[in-house]
Amino acid sequence: MSGSTAVHGEYRAALRNNRLGLWLFFLSESFLFIGILVTRFYLWGNTRPELNQLNGLLVTIVLLLSSFTMNRAETALVQNDRKTFLNSLLVTVVLGLLFLAGVIVFEWGGHIRPSDGAYGAVLFGMTGMHALHVVSGIVFILIVWNNGRRGLYSSEQHWGVEACAIWWHYVDLVWVFFYPALYLMGQAIR
Amino acid sequence: MRTFFKLGFVRGLLGQVLGTLLGMGLVTGMRAAFGYSPLWLAEPAWVIGGLLGTVGFMVGVGALTDWAKWAGGLATPMHHGAPAGQPEWTRYFAVDLSHKVIGVQYTVWGIFVLLVGGLLAGLFRVELLQPGMQYFTTDRYNTMISAHGIIMIAAILLGVGGMINYLVPLMIGASDMAFPRLNAFGFWINVPASLLLITAMFVGGWDTGWTAYPPNSLRTALGGPLFFLGFYTIGISSIVGGLNLLVTVFTMRPPSMNLFRMPIFVWAAVGTSILQLLATQLVGLAMLMLIVERSLGMGFFTPVLNEAAKALNSPPGDPVLFQHLFWFYSHPAVYVFVLPGLGIISELLPVFARKPLFGYKWIALSSIGIAFLGFLVWAHHMFTSGMSNYLRLPFMYATLIIAVPTGVKFFSWLGTLWGGKLTYPTPMLFVLGAISVFLLGGLTGPPAATITTDLYLHDTYWVVGHFHQTFFGGFMFPFFAAMYYWFPKVTGRKYNEALGKLHFWLMVAGFWVMSLGQIWAGLRGMRRRIADYDPALGVQNIQIGITVAAFVIAFSILIALYNFIVSARSAEVAERNPWRSRSPEWQIPSPIPEHSYAAPLAVVGEPYDYGLPGSVYVRMELAGAGD
Repeated sequence: MSGSTAVHGEYRAALRNNRLGLWLFFLSESFLFIGILVTRFYLWGNTRPELNQLNGLLVTIVLLLSSFTMNRAETALVQNDRKTFLNSLLVTVVLGLLFLAGVIVFEWGGHIRPSDGAYGAVLFGMTGMHALHVVSGIVFILIVWNNGRRGLYSSEQHWGVEACAIWWHYVDLVWVFFYPALYLMGQAIR
Repeated sequence: MRTFFKLGFVRGLLGQVLGTLLGMGLVTGMRAAFGYSPLWLAEPAWVIGGLLGTVGFMVGVGALTDWAKWAGGLATPMHHGAPAGQPEWTRYFAVDLSHKVIGVQYTVWGIFVLLVGGLLAGLFRVELLQPGMQYFTTDRYNTMISAHGIIMIAAILLGVGGMINYLVPLMIGASDMAFPRLNAFGFWINVPASLLLITAMFVGGWDTGWTAYPPNSLRTALGGPLFFLGFYTIGISSIVGGLNLLVTVFTMRPPSMNLFRMPIFVWAAVGTSILQLLATQLVGLAMLMLIVERSLGMGFFTPVLNEAAKALNSPPGDPVLFQHLFWFYSHPAVYVFVLPGLGIISELLPVFARKPLFGYKWIALSSIGIAFLGFLVWAHHMFTSGMSNYLRLPFMYATLIIAVPTGVKFFSWLGTLWGGKLTYPTPMLFVLGAISVFLLGGLTGPPAATITTDLYLHDTYWVVGHFHQTFFGGFMFPFFAAMYYWFPKVTGRKYNEALGKLHFWLMVAGFWVMSLGQIWAGLRGMRRRIADYDPALGVQNIQIGITVAAFVIAFSILIALYNFIVSARSAEVAERNPWRSRSPEWQIPSPIPEHSYAAPLAVVGEPYDYGLPGSVYVRMELAGAGD
């Protein structure tokens, strides 16, 4: 038995634990987001406030594009293309920041305040909780980018990159449910 | 002295104080920078202070150190044993990654929190001895009953965490939990959270009970938001603990141990962990919504609209929404509390009856069944809340169906006892006491779950009696059974059997009197959470009986603590397997060495074949023996 095989076996066991743990965490987080969606349908019912539709569509497109660049980063690492890996991570960060800017500057800066009844509370609650998760994803990507720059991930062993990528996809997926619940479903009330 | 300041616990406390001051300074500084007056606003200062204080504790104690290193790209090797140059006992006061140390930390901190909660109960029981107010103001009384509720819930969650963390890896032959650092984090986050809850009593208190219903919780004193924050923080511990346990059970068993050859307690732990992992998020959300509604005016639960909201034609908030979110966790929470206890009962009965466990598969699946059904019954707490009438019947039936898997457990216990060669050392007495008390809880539950009777019983002492029966039968008695049963394994010494039996008889007698008294007072119309009562109600003698019985229970627990402390220090050394158990943890030396098992376990038989000649459950393969 060579030493490297033992290390490899240990890494595989840890990887199996880590993957199951992360997916269980997603399951747990899903209950949080389902709870928020339940709040939206309980309080808003079949109505929604008038929101800036163009802004909503643009931030959604930006966030979905960022999922593509995140995937590109991970695939590039597997193929040992370090330059594309690092650059794609940075592009993902920029897209994430653009999304945040769209939500915070244009949506939160609109005519609705947090204290404006159920419309204000749910709008800021949903976008705020999601934005918090986007911020955590951006911090995570920057950590992975820094460690990747120093060559800590190989094309075979890169759990940190994998976790970061699926976390980012998960946060995007949440928005795929939040966007229609905020912008599309129900009758817009003026 | 130098050792003292090197303890993680002490550093954590310093970190919490500094973090709290930093948070308060931040809020006040920002108010100064934006020119608001007055500079000092107590609520945001305390909320941000409490939040940063919790972070400060975790940084100070060192629970985040390895993750910070990982983020900086540094290696984080596993560390076993006491910190370099420190004595062995310091491990218990610092971040330690061994599940055995963490299990003991959970249990000891749990008992400390339990004593705080019990002290509060003792104080307000004295107030109830006579009608009228004698010792406390009504606000102080309300703060104490509210704090008693949430502090006891914290204590029970800690006790559950202690049993699960210590026992499950040993029972499945794993070297440790799947995520040791997350495990340590999950314990230590409880400490600042408990301190927040205790602090909340002294900065104004709160008068909502542990359920924090709006609109009262939106208007209560400053203790309210600190209580929400403490509750939320304890929830984080539940989520990461449940996650860790599930991964451990599913990936770290030896290949020869299939799911239906696991010790039965592990099944109970899995049921508990599913509930902790999923349901806790909803109460966390509810607490968060209360905090932001109070501090930012976000009207989730307020049915009144301001002018701007009227101009938007916004719908109003709804206080009943809070009750749905709250009970979606807080009903399953009672199964989080009782499932491990019921697992302990199933685990110990075959040992003391010297007979196979009756219906192993049915007990195992009934734990999962209770966990699943537990998600579908929350609104039975809300029959009188004004929620839609059509919701009542389905929730009533779902609640009554829970009696089926619980009944499966009872019949299995009876089948295990039937014709067994019973012996009655202290752990067995506590198991039998648990069954009797839990049965009482099972009988007082259905009248509260049936809509017609609940409309009269709701908010009376009947409910108080019912949930104390389920918590004592499902947690307190089995917890002490487990304490006595595994005491020789954890400490390597024998406990005092006579004191153990005295503890049992005082506690079981005290509990029956207290609990039947509560049921009786409830039937006479005594409402819960009320500081005073009308002498014409005729419940004063019952209240005196409840108070005396409560003090008997408190006294018996002090006897137990004396017994544990003295025995752990100086009693006779225990033999390796005094109960003749088949479980793997009893086949290794006591106290258990740092690396529990020298080699992976080989499971070759059924776990509970007591009394069958020649049957073997696990075979220990000694290290280096080879095949």
